[in-house]
Amino acid sequence: MADSQIHVALAGNPNCGKTTLFNLITGANGYVGNWPGVTVEKKEAKLLSDKNVTITDLPGIYSLSPYSPEEQCSRDYLMSGEPDVVVQVVDATNLERNLYLALQVIETGLPVVVALNMADLVEKNGDKIDTDKLSKKLGCPVMMISALKNKGINELFEQVKKSAASKGQVPEHKFDSSIEDVLDHIENNLPASVPANKRRYYAVKLFERDADACKLINLTKEKAARVEQLVAQCEQDCDDDAESIITGERYGVIAHIIDECLTKAPAKMSTSEKIDRVVTNRILGLPIFVVIMFCVYYIAVSTLGGTVTDFTNDQLFGTDGWYVLGQGRDAYDAAVEAAGDNADSVDPAQYGPYVPGITTMVHDALVAGGTEDGGLVDSLVCDGIVGGLGAIFGFVPQMFLLFVMLSFLEDCGYMARVAFIMDRVFRRFGLSGKSFIPMLVSSGCGVPGVMATKTIENEKDRRMTVMTTTFIPCGAKLPIIALLMGSIIGDSSTTAAWISPLFYFLGVFAVIASGLMLKKTKLFAGRPTPFVMELPAYHFPAIRSWALHVWERCFAFIKKAGTVIFASTVVVWFLSNFGSYNGAFGYLPSMEGIPEEFMDYSVLAMFGNLVAWIFAPLGFSTWQATALTVSGLVAKENVVATAGSLLSVADAGETDPSLWTAFAAMFPTMGACVAFGAFNLLCAPCFAAIGTIRNQMNSGKWTAIAIGYECAFAWVIGLFINQFYNLLVLGQFGIWTVVAIVLLAAMLFQIFRPMPKHAWTDEDETNTASAAVSA
Amino acid sequence: MKTLGDVKVGESSTIVKLHGEGALRRHLMDLGLIKGTSFKVVKVAPLGDPVEINVRGYELSIRKEEAAVVEVQ
Repeated sequence: MADSQIHVALAGNPNCGKTTLFNLITGANGYVGNWPGVTVEKKEAKLLSDKNVTITDLPGIYSLSPYSPEEQCSRDYLMSGEPDVVVQVVDATNLERNLYLALQVIETGLPVVVALNMADLVEKNGDKIDTDKLSKKLGCPVMMISALKNKGINELFEQVKKSAASKGQVPEHKFDSSIEDVLDHIENNLPASVPANKRRYYAVKLFERDADACKLINLTKEKAARVEQLVAQCEQDCDDDAESIITGERYGVIAHIIDECLTKAPAKMSTSEKIDRVVTNRILGLPIFVVIMFCVYYIAVSTLGGTVTDFTNDQLFGTDGWYVLGQGRDAYDAAVEAAGDNADSVDPAQYGPYVPGITTMVHDALVAGGTEDGGLVDSLVCDGIVGGLGAIFGFVPQMFLLFVMLSFLEDCGYMARVAFIMDRVFRRFGLSGKSFIPMLVSSGCGVPGVMATKTIENEKDRRMTVMTTTFIPCGAKLPIIALLMGSIIGDSSTTAAWISPLFYFLGVFAVIASGLMLKKTKLFAGRPTPFVMELPAYHFPAIRSWALHVWERCFAFIKKAGTVIFASTVVVWFLSNFGSYNGAFGYLPSMEGIPEEFMDYSVLAMFGNLVAWIFAPLGFSTWQATALTVSGLVAKENVVATAGSLLSVADAGETDPSLWTAFAAMFPTMGACVAFGAFNLLCAPCFAAIGTIRNQMNSGKWTAIAIGYECAFAWVIGLFINQFYNLLVLGQFGIWTVVAIVLLAAMLFQIFRPMPKHAWTDEDETNTASAAVSA
Repeated sequence: MKTLGDVKVGESSTIVKLHGEGALRRHLMDLGLIKGTSFKVVKVAPLGDPVEINVRGYELSIRKEEAAVVEVQ
């Protein structure tokens, strides 16, 4: 079978062009999953030109050390016996550091083919690499390729197939003779079961006192003692520790290889350096960053994206309908204007190539097919299914645009600079520089915001960002804010304009306070994550990878939306339309004698009554308020529409004074009204965002923690607002006032106390790493 | 002890010893920051931290806090 099925592992440093190569040779229609037990991405696909070859893309790593989950996955896979051959992708413009991993991979004894990527750039720089000599030095074939320009790929895979049939190599490169002696001794002590081509790998690992390898080899007690003695002696001789000795030797070998194989053209300033001079300039860096972010936000969220989303929501999916290329829109608008109160009688089809909205079309088709107008099926399909899908798919165009831009910034190398510029600010509250992008995107929509956390490699930082990013008010929460402003002050536009920034401020405060509190809890305990990061050279991304990046992200959302989120939407529709009235359970709107406010009798109302006590300390214990919160889970802008129907102010928007009055009347005090607003802005985001959180966390437990924390935090803030309003404005004092004061004190303590010592010393790094793998 | 964090922007120096332990130390070594390696501090971020260094032909961003484990000449 060996020659019919070949497993190829793709290994290499981050930013070496490995993913570009993977996408090129597999057509990128592979399977993307996770390595068992960890949230490290695992990609697998068949070679386009030969279906018998399976390619596994290993995570981008710098070494095969046992410390990070990515590196552990990679070496476990390499040693698992599955891969027949390894393609070691090397960024030829940075041979020195890239060969460091290559040497380690060669030491595994597997057949290796070294692919010197970015051959075109080497040529452009005027450098010369002697591949024959390099091949001899490394003891394995070396091929020049350019994944971006699709050069040398066929030759590479000819060689890969040849190498796959071979037995693998015993590494050519030799360390200093004193070290080699020790390694020889260790090799002699290895059990006979270790095959010849893997003996050196394990000898080196035992020398480094690599815990995983030691466990795997399981030497007898006396042999282990002898090895330990040898290593200790060597450490004493070299006046250094074992890990440093090996690292030093590897870089020493590389220095020799490079001396002989690489002829460098005289150094001149690269384009990348020129760009960086300006972009991360001490003075210009921040302003440039602000401008770029503003542009991204402005295009994706405010103007173009907003327009497209409105179009999808109101015209394509809604009841408005649309004109092909906008022809006839003006004439129609003029006619509606002229008709005044009789606007409904104007037929839009008369004014141009008109296409009705999907809701209208489905509704008409259903009625034509004999379904009762406004009946059960009509409502389920139009309001529940099409409406729900519309609410979700409305975000797709906006997300698409956003990801086109963010993926570009990421692929070209700017994101690493963003982290460089913003790190100082964000690490103060337990986040990293890369957390900024998700926060910014979340002010448009939390779904792409949470998805943007994908670029944060560190798991702790990523989880923390996912948990806090939806605190930032998104576009769909703006109607709630407008409704609140109207209800409190009776004006949503001019004089009350200061309230809206206040809620953004609340969101930012929530992020910072949460960061400060959470980083001191057991959940995020441990050493602060080191932030040592390569700043890759700028380059224009491969269109293919870029497009794929965008597609992967949008598709992940659509898939989620089509399943979980969609189901939840239908459930909420069911809850609010079904219930018992006059002793009979059924579809409420078609029941006999049911009043206009049929929701009073719905399952949602019953449920609302059941849990309303939770919100009593916040000042709103009516089932309506609870029902509004639940409807906000489908989509936050639903809160306003639901308020309209619950309060029987039909067809009222957030700018309608009659809705303001009715809404304000729902609450006993202004404090309760604001508390309700704050709770709804901060509590669990909509189903779409929750689904994305689940996706991003890749863990039910962490999703529950995130949502639970958000709701609890929102509740506490709501409590503060209501109780302190009662105390300070109304002079009321009660048991809940005491609770609020105690909670406030606890919160302030957690925010301002120093980092607890136990968090640092509790677990050592190795424990953390192995726990991450076994979790 | 002079550390990497003390080197001024635009200046070059050589690593004498890597202190610290565990994952961070190994990561720095893997990235090529070992005894005898020369490097140049290219720039400092607009807010004063982290710093960018050029080492072994590539650019690396490192916080001053972490740079403190790297002893230099």
